[in-house]
Amino acid sequence: MIPFEYVRATDLAGAVAAGTAPGAVYLAAGTNLLDLMKGGVSRPRRLVDITRLPGLAAVERMGDGSLRIGALARNSDLAHDPAFAKAYPAVAEALLSGASAQLRNAATAAGNVMQRTRCPYFTDTGSACNKREPGSGCDARGGETRLHAILGWSEACIATHPSDFCVPLVALDALVEIAGPAGTRSVPLEAFHRLPGDAPERETVLEPGELITALVLPPDAASFAGHSRYLKVRDRTSYAFAVVSVAVALRLDGGRIAEARLALGGVALKPWRAREAESLLAGRAPDEAAFRAAADAALAGAEPSGDNAFKIELARRLVVRALARTAAGTPERLPALPGSAFAPLPEAAHV
Amino acid sequence: MSFDIVLTVNGTRRTIPIPDPRTTLLDLLREGLHLTGTKKGCDRGQCGACTVLVDGRRINSCLALAVSLDGAEVLTIEGLAEGDRLHPVQEAFIAHDGFQCGFCTPGQIMSAVGLIREAQAGNDPERVREAMSGNLCRCGAYAGITEAVLEAQAAMTQAPTSQHPASPRQGEAA
Repeated sequence: MIPFEYVRATDLAGAVAAGTAPGAVYLAAGTNLLDLMKGGVSRPRRLVDITRLPGLAAVERMGDGSLRIGALARNSDLAHDPAFAKAYPAVAEALLSGASAQLRNAATAAGNVMQRTRCPYFTDTGSACNKREPGSGCDARGGETRLHAILGWSEACIATHPSDFCVPLVALDALVEIAGPAGTRSVPLEAFHRLPGDAPERETVLEPGELITALVLPPDAASFAGHSRYLKVRDRTSYAFAVVSVAVALRLDGGRIAEARLALGGVALKPWRAREAESLLAGRAPDEAAFRAAADAALAGAEPSGDNAFKIELARRLVVRALARTAAGTPERLPALPGSAFAPLPEAAHV
Repeated sequence: MSFDIVLTVNGTRRTIPIPDPRTTLLDLLREGLHLTGTKKGCDRGQCGACTVLVDGRRINSCLALAVSLDGAEVLTIEGLAEGDRLHPVQEAFIAHDGFQCGFCTPGQIMSAVGLIREAQAGNDPERVREAMSGNLCRCGAYAGITEAVLEAQAAMTQAPTSQHPASPRQGEAA
């Protein structure tokens, strides 16, 4: 780890002023950042510690019915908050399907959004990586690509965004509240992460000095509480990133789907909203034919980026399964293994 | 620039200079305070050997900068027993053969103490296994570890004492 200057911010304006300097990054829990710094992947010259900023950990129900999740809210506090889990069960399930209990106790909401790809060529400084060193090439192309992107990738970068949390959030139209040198603004989470194109080093829409202050779930996000799931296929039973994941939220009315939300994780460099699939589902009965049509639409544009064509069919099947389980209703209690796609209903076992 | 931080480690409040901000909590405990019960396994947050409680919550001490934890309360394996009286989780690990080589054991035990405080797993072995998945044991003592956690939890929640409260966290309203 290269040496850095440590700056402890005490207010938002001071944090932004300190964070605007070249080479400065914001420090919250640091669970991803410190790991990358130890490996020489991230080499910040200044860490601006925002953990003391007042009010940034609060989770508040706003007057209009939206929910404002402070940037520093811990993953485990959010997921284990009974009122939160009841209103947004897919978000709680996604949070609890990710990482380990220790990491969830430390990691913050905004840190989860800001986490970097786990592409092994990005984290290995001996490999060429356009994201880490613009213009250096991409050793993932033609390499070990089993877990790489099948949607939205480019010749410059085939990495995926690893977050579970972001997948249901993007399905529920979450907003990202941002503060920076030019003031505050808000962008849809769907537009927050950039697809790689020819500039994979630009990962988000954040400008220098900007930081996330909150994530906001709009008022209607809680209207899906009765039918919301997050399913995740991973290489290990627990404590593993998604090979493919699916978040579903349905509003049923009179035996038909009034409104569907669908997003995929582990497939692209951003949480992937499947809007065409959502449109296909609206107005239809929640049956196998509708689910298959939605799955085909969600993966219509998918292309293998290497040895990962299996992920396309896996994603289709997971979409069908996630829709079927979601239509059956949100379980009374989160399964023992949150997100398990293989567990028998109604209570997931550790398989 | 050196920072002085205040940490309460195993009940003792102390002021600690941090001359290099790169110092992790793990390195501070082991190298600075000579509390070598907390182990360095992977040093990358993957194995759980460095698990300690910070403000009552289990975390990976290898992925926390000491300077950022100014004011925190830290509990390590050294702070668990009361003199010669072992903590119920320590007793249960012995009773159920929850270890072989012992290297991961301080992390396993601190993680189990954190798990019991979180009060999310109940007496369900499936939930205990899931909640302990951040602690690797290369000897494969998992079966004994799961039994130990369940037994210690039952003992602590049936007869909580002032010394070893289970103190489940209450959820907050969103």
